[in-house]
Amino acid sequence: MKWGKYTPYLLLIPTFLVIGIFIYWPAINSFSLSMYKVAPFGGRRIFVGIQNYIDLFKSDVYWNAITVTLIYLVVTVFSVVVLGYLIAQLLDNKVAGIKVYRTLIFVPYAISFAIGGALWVFMLNPVAGHINYFLSQITGKSINWLNQAPFALISVSVASIWKMLPFSIIFYLAGLQSISESIIDSSIIDGANSWQRMWRIKFPILSPITFYLIIMNITHSMFQSFGIIDIMTRGGPVGTTTTLIYRLYLDAFYFQKTGEAAAQSVVLFIIMSFITFFYFRFGEKKVHYQ
Amino acid sequence: MKISTRQKTNYFLIEVGLILVSLFMFLPFILAISMSFMSPTEVFSYPPKFFPSSINFKNYSEALKLIPLGRMLLNSMIVAVFTTIGKLVTGTLAAFAFSSFRFKGKNILFSTLFITLFLPAETVMILPLFMIMSKLGWVNTYWALIIPFTASATNTFLFRQHFMSIPTTLEDAAKIDGATPMQYFRKILIPLSGPMIAGASIINFVYAWNMYLWPLIVTMDDKMKTAQIGVKMLISAESTNNWGVIMAGTLLVAIPTLIIFFLLQDLFVKSLVGSGLKE
Repeated sequence: MKWGKYTPYLLLIPTFLVIGIFIYWPAINSFSLSMYKVAPFGGRRIFVGIQNYIDLFKSDVYWNAITVTLIYLVVTVFSVVVLGYLIAQLLDNKVAGIKVYRTLIFVPYAISFAIGGALWVFMLNPVAGHINYFLSQITGKSINWLNQAPFALISVSVASIWKMLPFSIIFYLAGLQSISESIIDSSIIDGANSWQRMWRIKFPILSPITFYLIIMNITHSMFQSFGIIDIMTRGGPVGTTTTLIYRLYLDAFYFQKTGEAAAQSVVLFIIMSFITFFYFRFGEKKVHYQ
Repeated sequence: MKISTRQKTNYFLIEVGLILVSLFMFLPFILAISMSFMSPTEVFSYPPKFFPSSINFKNYSEALKLIPLGRMLLNSMIVAVFTTIGKLVTGTLAAFAFSSFRFKGKNILFSTLFITLFLPAETVMILPLFMIMSKLGWVNTYWALIIPFTASATNTFLFRQHFMSIPTTLEDAAKIDGATPMQYFRKILIPLSGPMIAGASIINFVYAWNMYLWPLIVTMDDKMKTAQIGVKMLISAESTNNWGVIMAGTLLVAIPTLIIFFLLQDLFVKSLVGSGLKE
């Protein structure tokens, strides 16, 4: 039955207008901008081809941002997935007060990365914060968490893990609760202990969720981390917490290196496309939006 | 049935584990709340205090005076509400197109939308997006904070999935009765999607409220900044590091999403998981 020949197109106009102007158009712009160098103040654009990319990958500063991002990414995503899985196991029990625990554990999900950062800046404060007090009571030492080389990245990572954990826990818990009782019961009859059940039976069943969480947490770490880093360390000390997205922000809006910043956008864009491809190639069969 | 000692120790260990995890996740909030009521001398007392000696709201009024936080909270509210409404309108319309119609180019359009799922525009394309805003003259306006985020693939897919679960007999009946597509949409699809719309509203509101990088860049005037940026300003404005004031301001910014979370936890969690994967 025909039912309004042009109706579907009219229905799609608002969505495609928005994504066209605010996603596709800037994406195309990124590509063309990355081929130019812009003279500061003059606004004169000079075509330089792939020179911006060459400069980018010759620069130690950019390689530093790549290294920082990789460390931060691996540490946070790994921790969030493993801890998320273990904590979800705890929450998947019928013990007293389970609803209260669940609520308290999920709370960091509701706040922004920036607010999460602010809470940790306070706790890590060398004078007023509680963490250094207990540390000095136990070890006699106190640490300048946010201004000292390895500790700044550690602090940002811990705060990010804290903020990102609930997301993983929520998905694992939902997954665990959807595993049918009969599978668990038969494994008990077969003599599997709870550790074996956790890793040999439940974990493989939940592998699509694990895959989904790895991808989602990579994007959280790559992009949402901006807020937590800006509040906690502003990329410092000396670039030790400057991730790729923070580098892009600094070059685009602080140092006004338009061409190089656009090239960085394209690099991020390519990384994201790669992740997207990987996601649909290997994960789509079981986890999908449709 | 008799409970074995082993089961008892298991339960005990689970309880202990849950208490420890809850403490780790929730302690920062408790400290922030108690700090927000402390006077500067109490904040810096040694050993650090866990609870204020009295409850007064001086830090809260101080935070509102130090920066235009009230206005910023209003800005965030406006941005979050209108972004959410925009996403719901565009999302339901597009989802209706994809779920109920066959048309030329459907697959291409669908893929075009799909690709945007993993392209967070507000971060990856931030520089050209900012340039577009400058050209449009939208810098420092609500337009820049709202319009680019009024459509998303996630919402479209979420609604499409739901619309497809509605029996086609309803659609056939509507057609036989001579209903126009929009009548079917307004009178049948939308009323049947209440819980889905509620869930999507929560997620979209929280997402918009918590945006950080884009508002930081696209607003220069303090009066146009959002509350999240207010947190950053409080931290740098309080040169004496009066953590009572900073924590009071931070909590004010966190409260709206925390209230939503505490009141609508089940719906929140259900729709979050629903938007991510299907069993």
